[in-house]
Amino acid sequence: MNRRYLFLIVILLVVILGVWINVPNNPGLKIGNFERTLETQLGLDLRGGVQVLLEADLPETTEVDAQSLQDAVQILENRTNALGVSENLFQAAGTRRIVGEFPGLTNPDDVIATIQETGQLEFVDMGSAPLPEGTVVKTDFGLAETAPAPTSENPEDQIYHTVMTGTLINSVAVTRDPTGKYVVNFELKPEGRDIFAEFTASHVGQYLAIVLDKTVVSTPVISTAITEGSGIIEGNFTNDSANALAIQLRYGSLPIPLKVVETRVIGPTLGADSLNKSLVAGLVGFLIVIAFMAIYYRLPGLVANVAILIFALITLSVYKLIPVTLTLPGIAGFLLSTGTALDANILIFERLREELRAGRNVKTAIQLGWQRAWPSIRDSNIAAIITCAILFWFGSQFGATVVRGFAVTLFLGVLISLFTAIVVTRSLLNLVTDFVDPAKHSKWFGA
Amino acid sequence: MINILGKRYYYFALSMLIIIPGMIVLAIWGLPLSIDFQGGTMLEVQFASGNLPSTEDVVAVYSQLGINDPQVQTTGQNTLNIRSSFLDDSMRSEILNALTTQLNDQAELVRYESVGPTIGREVTSRAGIAVGVAALAVILYITYAFRGVPHAVRYGICAIIAMIHDVLIVISIAAIGGHFFGWQIDSLFLTALLTVIGFSTQDKIVVFDRIRENNNIFRRLPFETLVNHSIVQTLQRSINTQLMTVEFMLLALALFGGITLREFAVILLVGLFSGTYSSIFIAAPILVVWEKKEWRSWFHRTPVNA
Repeated sequence: MNRRYLFLIVILLVVILGVWINVPNNPGLKIGNFERTLETQLGLDLRGGVQVLLEADLPETTEVDAQSLQDAVQILENRTNALGVSENLFQAAGTRRIVGEFPGLTNPDDVIATIQETGQLEFVDMGSAPLPEGTVVKTDFGLAETAPAPTSENPEDQIYHTVMTGTLINSVAVTRDPTGKYVVNFELKPEGRDIFAEFTASHVGQYLAIVLDKTVVSTPVISTAITEGSGIIEGNFTNDSANALAIQLRYGSLPIPLKVVETRVIGPTLGADSLNKSLVAGLVGFLIVIAFMAIYYRLPGLVANVAILIFALITLSVYKLIPVTLTLPGIAGFLLSTGTALDANILIFERLREELRAGRNVKTAIQLGWQRAWPSIRDSNIAAIITCAILFWFGSQFGATVVRGFAVTLFLGVLISLFTAIVVTRSLLNLVTDFVDPAKHSKWFGA
Repeated sequence: MINILGKRYYYFALSMLIIIPGMIVLAIWGLPLSIDFQGGTMLEVQFASGNLPSTEDVVAVYSQLGINDPQVQTTGQNTLNIRSSFLDDSMRSEILNALTTQLNDQAELVRYESVGPTIGREVTSRAGIAVGVAALAVILYITYAFRGVPHAVRYGICAIIAMIHDVLIVISIAAIGGHFFGWQIDSLFLTALLTVIGFSTQDKIVVFDRIRENNNIFRRLPFETLVNHSIVQTLQRSINTQLMTVEFMLLALALFGGITLREFAVILLVGLFSGTYSSIFIAAPILVVWEKKEWRSWFHRTPVNA
């Protein structure tokens, strides 16, 4: 089959697909594991929300292994899901940071406090000298040597022995005791039950502290051996703090301690305002450009306008399919790539005019114009793609979402603009010359 | 044919007319870096009554919480912009509560940004590295793409010199705007700068491509005439692309885009204009200067053959 018709069919299919994807109330797409709601994903700067950057709270020289970081991302996600925060997103950024995003949220205090806690629960042998609640203690968990039995002297320097950690807990629940105080019930896994039974049997009358992130929560006395493998954590809990602890225990402790190094909160009104204004501005700009192209380049200008509309259609569809989250920098990248797509058309048409002025007929001029414009389109776009790749790498490596958002949309836009320049503009120009006799209407081509 | 290249030293001087004052402002007052780059906390609030409290009242609320360095600014949209040193995340709601109770007016959060000092510094230096690596990659690519032309590496280097020129123009404008109009260099500025860099190299390649093509057609022509010829041939395209991508789109953005986007649009407008300008009046002329090794006559009495 003739390549021209093949191209036209491809264009037609792409346009139909693009229109379908962009129809409002689209039911979404589901092919096997590939599922998309086909809604435009807006970034926090356009819809309001919270972004936090968490960093491993370890000395610069300590390396954080990739698996720990991935585990932390998963645990953070589970914790926020359990808190009922919808559409949250966590991503590792580089080797020691995690970006968390919570769209629609404006007061994230509780969420950030809960997820940020390491959630390392330890059952600590206090011997016969209990420490008050809130005391920060040192334990031998993670150390090579087991600490000796505690003495009552120098509680500050004392390293206490950790009997077991929260990883041996099977399930937790928040309830209220008869006096109405909030408590956290826990049930242990079989191996935990054995350790617990053995320890409590041999330490009756002594204290077993429950320590969260090295801070004493409560220090109950062991009255009898506990063999059934369940127990209660008491402390000065509110409903929220008891639930937060339950969530931390349920989804495990973070493999690395984290601290918040960056917070951004965008109020919902500012986001909506930015979105509306940039949409209006984009539309006005677009209309002026379309009018100019049609007036200046005449028939080819109209063809270019169709090509640009197809470009926009494809780009928006690709954003929805991947999906790409649109931010203000992302829109800037989109506008620049629209400029690139226009530039490709302008390059072709200026060459077309030159060839016409040189006295060639319209058909040959179209062919030559495209051929001569191609190297400059190719090389300038490849340079843009190289730049995008480097910026994207930089953006994802350091959690600089501004840079990454820009690089992604520009990269996609440049690729798609190459497609519209190679396939769409040329095919449509050829199609037009089939119906309009260029010899009679050479003025329409700007000759 | 118009002789564009003949007056090349005038164009260099024209650019210096913007860059030198910009650099002087930069050297004296520095760049008005936002917290994105130097770390710190920025709170933008709005009050339910629609009135804004006085700066002294806000400073008093802050100092009660132990924060001694707040800088209060009113924005064009009836909100208050308060900057301070980096605050712990828990301070956000404390400040909002304190503002609400002590000023007796419901404080509503519009925007809150808190960037740790090390993060800010890192973003700045890493952005610099990324742009540097990108520039190097572009030089390599252009050298490869122009391998059929004598001295291919010059094209890449000239493109990057012109790109640096555009970056300097943008920074000069930002420094001047920052000092005289209170602009802030924030992450949106970084976006604008990246856009300018991307556009600039693309635009250079289009002009250079014509030189490459003509180089194969007119082998006998002196280099200067050849380059001049190429610039004139691509002039119409340069103007039209500039009009389309820049003036139309960005004027719309500047006029309709609201306050937050206006600075961004102005910076882009200047930067992208410079991107086209420098292809014609900086990058290509430098190629000629290099070809003719004109620096040898810069300090002699023999005038440059302009």
